Amino acid sequence: MNLTLKVWRQNGAEDKGRIVEYKMSDISPDMSFLEMIDVLNEELIEKGDDPIAFDHDCREGICGSCSMYINGEPHGPEDLITTCQLHMRSFKDGDTIYIEPWRAAAFPVIKDLVVDRTAFDAIIQVGGYVSVNTSGNTQDANALPVPKADADAAFDAATCIGCGACVATCKNSSAMLFTSAKISHLALLPQGKVEAQERALNMVEKMDELGFGNCTNTGDCEVQCPKGISLDNIALMNREFLGASLKSEK
Amino acid sequence: MSNSAGLFSSSLGRKYLMAITGLFLCSFLLIHLIGNVTLFTDPVQFNEYTRFMSSNPLIRVMEIVLVVGFLAHIIDAIMLTKANKTAQPVKYAMDKKKSTWYSRNMGLTGTIILAFLILHLQSFWYGYKFGDVAMTLDSSGTDIKDMYTMVVAAFSQSWYSAIYVVAMILLGTHLNHGFQSAFQSMGLRHKKYTPAIKKAGTAFAVIITLGFISFPIYFYITQL
Repeated sequence: MNLTLKVWRQNGAEDKGRIVEYKMSDISPDMSFLEMIDVLNEELIEKGDDPIAFDHDCREGICGSCSMYINGEPHGPEDLITTCQLHMRSFKDGDTIYIEPWRAAAFPVIKDLVVDRTAFDAIIQVGGYVSVNTSGNTQDANALPVPKADADAAFDAATCIGCGACVATCKNSSAMLFTSAKISHLALLPQGKVEAQERALNMVEKMDELGFGNCTNTGDCEVQCPKGISLDNIALMNREFLGASLKSEK
Repeated sequence: MSNSAGLFSSSLGRKYLMAITGLFLCSFLLIHLIGNVTLFTDPVQFNEYTRFMSSNPLIRVMEIVLVVGFLAHIIDAIMLTKANKTAQPVKYAMDKKKSTWYSRNMGLTGTIILAFLILHLQSFWYGYKFGDVAMTLDSSGTDIKDMYTMVVAAFSQSWYSAIYVVAMILLGTHLNHGFQSAFQSMGLRHKKYTPAIKKAGTAFAVIITLGFISFPIYFYITQL
């Protein structure tokens, strides 16, 4: 396959950045998208140019590192996958492919395609946990009955890998799908219910403070999420937060 | 900051306000449409209806609530939009959205509807209250402002009727997204009921749009 890549190059946070065009030839359709960029980077290094900086880690779709906005969509044209699971057979010979970093004020570009997603960690730090001591004194799992539907919904929410595709595709750069997945994954289970009220208040407050936008219910996040996290979670967060705001004595 | 005071300054609090005021304005649209049906039934009935609407004390109080509802909806929208623009300062060189055009352009359709609302109020609300309206007789033979003739005359102008039709179609798209969106914002989502709410929202949008455009179209065509 022969391809034209239009890649966002930005030499550090202060640099203005620009789209740079690269011609690629003899690309195998069986290559993964990241392998194709590895090939390009080797060519760049041989020429003495600066290779394209991009995030990657597990290369099996669970770490959520490979944040790339490919041809107008996070993680490219296929549904329910991350960039590392995207293969070149999803493109045609002669295609032009745009590769850009996530665009959000809360995710500043560090270099080229690498953005700083510390903001997600900050949201987790204010409530994405349960304060239960699990060191050696865990009780039997069956001691606390959980309705099957709640367990399923909690597990679905828990599949969120924090990749940031929801923020990247949202026209408002809203982090509500991410935050709501973290809130419902814990709020639906008995261990998480204890701190549910505080968690909803703190995580939403932090999310706002970090400069993420508001949800306008367009639903782009749900479509682009590699793990298929549902808008059900945002509704649950909206309920949790409303109830918590009214009940809270703080 | 206490959480109860902070509720409406938070992102979700603003969404609740957007939803509540939006649904309230939907109820106004429905009542407005039902009242307007008298334009088709009887000119005298329509004139008496407009007199009732502008003189009944309860309606006058509701008028103030309605203005507050509109202002809250608009100001909240401006604040949310401003925050959203700040949250995404750089646009993609290539961007493909899978969502609907109208769900992404509530601000644009809302602004056009507001411009239409100002024109509409200037023509009929201001025109009725402070303008030079001809007098006619009501069913008991007393003098009454002839709002009917004023409306019919306004819709004889092609450009004026065209503005109404375009604005109502945009209002329809605004409602189609907004109605169901309000329930989602309030956290009212359910596997069984949400599809029904979405259908109800679309039906509501269609009824409001077709209902309101029927007046300019009917009066324009019958006066050709």
